[in-house]
Amino acid sequence: MSTDEPVAAPEKAAPEKAAPEKRAEKPGDSFMAQFTHNLWSANTVTVTVLSIVLAMVIGAILIIVSDSEVLKTFSYITARPSDALNASWNVVSAAYADLFKGAIFDPAAVSAWFDGSGTWQQAFTPISETLTYAAPLVFTGLSVALAFRGGLFNIGGQGQAVIGTITAAVAGFTFGLPVVLNLIVALLAGLIGGAVWGFIPGILKARAGAHEVIVTIMLNYVGLLFLGWLILQDGIQDPNRTDAISKSVAKSAQLPSFGGELRVNLGIVVAVLVTAAVAWLLNKSAFGFELRAVGANPLAARTAGISVGKTYTLLMVVAGGLAGLGGATQVLGTAYALTPAVAGNIGFDGLLVALLGRNRPWGTLLAAILFGALRAGGNRMQSFSGISLELVTVLQALIVIFIAAPALVKTIFHLRAARSARLGASMAKGW
Amino acid sequence: MSTATVEELAEVVAPNRFWDRQRRLGAGVTFVGVLAIVLFGSLAPSETAKFTISQDASGAAIKINGQLGAYVFGVIALAAGIAMLAGVAKRWQTTLLGVGIVAFVLSFLCWQVAGKFLPLVDTASGTLQLAMPLILGALAGVLGERSGVVNVAIEGQFLMGAFGAALVGTMATSVWAGLVSAAIGGAIIAAMLAVLAIRFLVDQVVVGIVLNLFALGITGFLYERLMQPDAQKYNQPPAMPTWSIPGLSKIPVVGPVLFQSNLLVWLALILVVVIHFALSRTRWGLRTRAVGEHPTAADTVGIRVRGLRYTNVLLGGLIAGAGGAYFTLVATGSFNKNMTSGAGFIALAALIFGRWTPFGALGAALFFGFAQKLATYLSAVGSPVPSQFLNMLPYLATIVAVAGLVGRVRAPAADGVPYVKS
Amino acid sequence: MANDHIDITVEPGEVHALLGENGAGKSTLMNQLYGLLQPDEGEILVDGEKKVFRSPRDAIAAGIGMVHQHFMLVPVFTVAENIALGAEETRGGPLGWLDRRRNRRDVLEVSTRYGLPVDPDALVENLPVGAQQRVEIVKALTRDVDLLILDEPTAVLTPQETEELLAVMRSLAAGGKSIVFITHKLKEVKAIADRITVIRRGRTVASVSPETPEEELASLMVGRAVSLEVEKTPAEPGREVLKIAGLVVDDDRGVRAVDGVDLVVRAGEVLGIAGVQGNGQTELVEAVLGLREPLAGSIKVDNEDLVGMSTKQILRSGIGYVPEDRSLDGVVKEFSVAENLVLDTYDRPPYGNAFRLNPAAIAEGARQRVEQFDIRTSSPESAVSTLSGGNQQKVVVAREMSRSLRLFIAAQPTRGVDVGSIEFIHGRIIHERDVGTAVLVVSSELDEVVGLADRIAVMYSGRILAIVSPDTPREEIGLLMAGITGSGAPAAPAGDDAGPADEAEEGTK
Repeated sequence: MSTDEPVAAPEKAAPEKAAPEKRAEKPGDSFMAQFTHNLWSANTVTVTVLSIVLAMVIGAILIIVSDSEVLKTFSYITARPSDALNASWNVVSAAYADLFKGAIFDPAAVSAWFDGSGTWQQAFTPISETLTYAAPLVFTGLSVALAFRGGLFNIGGQGQAVIGTITAAVAGFTFGLPVVLNLIVALLAGLIGGAVWGFIPGILKARAGAHEVIVTIMLNYVGLLFLGWLILQDGIQDPNRTDAISKSVAKSAQLPSFGGELRVNLGIVVAVLVTAAVAWLLNKSAFGFELRAVGANPLAARTAGISVGKTYTLLMVVAGGLAGLGGATQVLGTAYALTPAVAGNIGFDGLLVALLGRNRPWGTLLAAILFGALRAGGNRMQSFSGISLELVTVLQALIVIFIAAPALVKTIFHLRAARSARLGASMAKGW
Repeated sequence: MSTATVEELAEVVAPNRFWDRQRRLGAGVTFVGVLAIVLFGSLAPSETAKFTISQDASGAAIKINGQLGAYVFGVIALAAGIAMLAGVAKRWQTTLLGVGIVAFVLSFLCWQVAGKFLPLVDTASGTLQLAMPLILGALAGVLGERSGVVNVAIEGQFLMGAFGAALVGTMATSVWAGLVSAAIGGAIIAAMLAVLAIRFLVDQVVVGIVLNLFALGITGFLYERLMQPDAQKYNQPPAMPTWSIPGLSKIPVVGPVLFQSNLLVWLALILVVVIHFALSRTRWGLRTRAVGEHPTAADTVGIRVRGLRYTNVLLGGLIAGAGGAYFTLVATGSFNKNMTSGAGFIALAALIFGRWTPFGALGAALFFGFAQKLATYLSAVGSPVPSQFLNMLPYLATIVAVAGLVGRVRAPAADGVPYVKS
Repeated sequence: MANDHIDITVEPGEVHALLGENGAGKSTLMNQLYGLLQPDEGEILVDGEKKVFRSPRDAIAAGIGMVHQHFMLVPVFTVAENIALGAEETRGGPLGWLDRRRNRRDVLEVSTRYGLPVDPDALVENLPVGAQQRVEIVKALTRDVDLLILDEPTAVLTPQETEELLAVMRSLAAGGKSIVFITHKLKEVKAIADRITVIRRGRTVASVSPETPEEELASLMVGRAVSLEVEKTPAEPGREVLKIAGLVVDDDRGVRAVDGVDLVVRAGEVLGIAGVQGNGQTELVEAVLGLREPLAGSIKVDNEDLVGMSTKQILRSGIGYVPEDRSLDGVVKEFSVAENLVLDTYDRPPYGNAFRLNPAAIAEGARQRVEQFDIRTSSPESAVSTLSGGNQQKVVVAREMSRSLRLFIAAQPTRGVDVGSIEFIHGRIIHERDVGTAVLVVSSELDEVVGLADRIAVMYSGRILAIVSPDTPREEIGLLMAGITGSGAPAAPAGDDAGPADEAEEGTK
């Protein structure tokens, strides 16, 4: 009949262009051939792995360059190159080995467990550390990811988490409710605190068109300053201490852990449940449909009757609540009291986690675990190899840069374009 | 259906909505005016507030009774607000808004300064000083965003600039080497931003935020590795000298503020003027604006869109990096982790508040600089307001500015949209 | 493949028309000639010399100029700045200090030489569309062109402005310039072209003379016999459904767009609003849908006042809406066909409720619609971006027509759509009318309005100048579209003090 296949002009179809060098897969290809073919094409898993590799290479360079001992061997590299190479290799491999041992498992501890000289708790400590660090990141990551899907940049996860720690901790040491109830109330308080802190940029965006990047970032600083002031106030400050620390959260409000060396607590379980809930919200609920529509094309959503302003506001409330839960997990699961740095960097890390997880709920969960691993390993790397923890921040940022620019990784590794190369949370728009 | 001819149609009188923007702003100003009268007026002690020309309490000064001043300025703010509510001609709107805000601030000052003194010269030059990195950062943003590239990485450029200035300044024992390295440090981040945004089409806000974290991490890492163990070798840059322009610096009030300062401040002010004229009167400026508004149109007349964007973003990086030098060469004498504390984002807000123009950015930066200076002054004179809340002042001012005072601004039309030939 | 081995030759002083329906590949061809796209195969010869155009600069240097369908003008610049862009006169200095006086002078010189009046200091965004197009042509002419390409230039012009443009083209050709004129409009092609090349599905199918009858041209364009008429039985109008009285609406910049409009649409009839884009039709329709707040007047559907209701409530009350620019606000490109089909019904049974969606019902509904509306897609789960323009439009139409409607509003329903889909959509609109829905069609294509409507309201400058029958001679309708009423005096735009000086200027609008 008439011309209805997608043509190039004027309506742009967006097919994945088959790169000229793509070898056609024939059905008769063996499984191995297909596997290696797909492996060396630019699909998401390959790019993720290669991004991590690239980041670690750059990290290695940083380690070498900032170690004065190793640099000394480079000054005479032409005379005895083996010294420089050995020194470099040693310092880098020691650092990364520590990273692994701190995050996954330490072979020494495992063999000690098997031959009876060590406990199973010691063997599982690295994984426990990883999951402990990961739990709050899941929440802050989900907060950012969900907001991104709705077209909003929630850079305020840090501030929302901080307020979450405040409300959760205050609930934790004020109400004195029985065991399970106290914990639930404290968690809810954290959620509500974060939700309120998310409401502010949401309503300002909806009503005044104020750009949420700036408002949320400003609120991060305001929240942090507020925390610093609050800790020193009567009724909040620990009466037995003169330094900046609040009263401790009641035992009944703390997230139960395995105890002893294993710090991993119920927080990670709650995190997994909440991930499932967010996934459902995004894909199966009416609100999820609305926020995805608004995120993809707010004008079309509006023309179809969806209220963009209400969606933005509600979205920021939910995102804020998620980040607040992250803060609550932090203070009820590990810190147990408020200090000026109680929320650490979980908000900013959550941003990177969401990007790494491609703004998808389960991807965010996995990314959070990776970041938790990096943090746990980084701790050990700092104690044992003396490498600053900041390196972990650099690694994390680099990984995300490479993930966000898959074309860059593709170019470096000469990857072929994959059929299903749907990479990059590209909502390439500005203000 | 009858055919209504043109002559028969009656002129339809269209009523305007009551709560338009002017009225809403007027309500806000009225509210703060009432707040000033009720709160500041009643709290202010009936002592003299001295706004002195000199650095100390003696000498020439503008004196006003603190309580009276709080009341009077509160009333002025209230009047401005009521005028806006009553509906004056649109061209008075900005003026009235300005009057309202200034009166509110003055009322607040009368309360706080009652019984004490506020050195005007020190306040003005302090404001200019604090505003200087914001001006430079905002100018960097102007260059990039007028060409269509969003630059959220100003914070990272500041950090790299501050770090580079401290490191190289110490190692070379030269302020100027430090300044140049600062510019280069900013340019490094800008180069990364440019490549990722322009060539690899990554979302520009995302890239900016990630680059900030990257800069934070790498400066923190190198600080711990190099500067913390050996501060003398790596982290004691010479301070930027203050120069006095002979003759001009003797003019009362204005002289010491404008003509007795450091090179960076003058650089910032000169750049404001230069960039303003370059954007509006030169071929480069015309092409830059075209690329930021309608890159396809620019492409069709043969302009190299991506090349121009690269150039402008890199230039912006140099400028922002130089702004970073403020932190280690002027404000303090050494680098510290995360020492910029969000100044890059305030610069971004100044850019938006100033509607992406150089002079607008200047005005906005001075506004934010003043908020910071006020916070420092108030905590120095022992204001009853806790220091943490005072430190919140610039951040809160930014929120109010972006949410309330700016109105719906229009970024350059192609801002943030990567150019893909189609 | 957009262009499949195309051969074309253009002589000097010739007006050569490229005729083809939407999506045939005409613009792609010309974009290669102008250096915006690179050909994969083949060559371009200018004056017998082989040329490669890597960017528009090369094309300009070879004497080729192009006026695009979507104007390449920076709205916030003046006319002079737009024309100077890329070829600015400067007074030296590293950044090139602009010589404003010389730039203005160049503009005026070309403008008078070719009889294309433009105001160098006017802001482009304030100019009406016809004036903007003149600016584009002057811009091309200032660069010493021998070949001028015009891409769908008459899409946004009144019949009068089209006549003026054709006259300009004739005089340019007489002066030795060659013109390539891309269009899908048969009447114009016959009026102006010296030679017509028909392109279909990316290939040249014929090179014919303008004497060729319209039906033959149409069938060459589409590849089969095309009926140029819309088949319909006479309308049987019933109750008044939509009643607009005294409506006043401003546009985004606060300029009066709708200036006191009264309108009635009855059940079972199609009311067509004719008029060139930019005379308030967009704002009028947006006001009905609650997307824009009117300043005065009432909008009633079955005596229920819509003003103040949310868009969702308005759509729910049985009003269907096909917006004029599907890629802007009609479809969500990243969503699947199925999701787009429930974009305004996802929270109603059977597709879902206020809390959750019913994916099975959505999928089933999509399957049915795809079949019913002949939507060509590999699967209802494919992203809408993979569909052609015509099929995307059918998705929007299907979405709206699958609800029970009292009133159906379609703005530019077949813009950028292939002929087959045009026929289909027109058929569905008539079908909707025949089952008793009140239908309002807004279109700047006069053929479409005349074909579909039972009554035609001509809109100019925010007012309905007249309501006429579709049998009215086209010249009359054309005059009304240009603001010239039966009384002979040009209609003064709202808010002007209409004095003699203003009336004399009407001709330039």
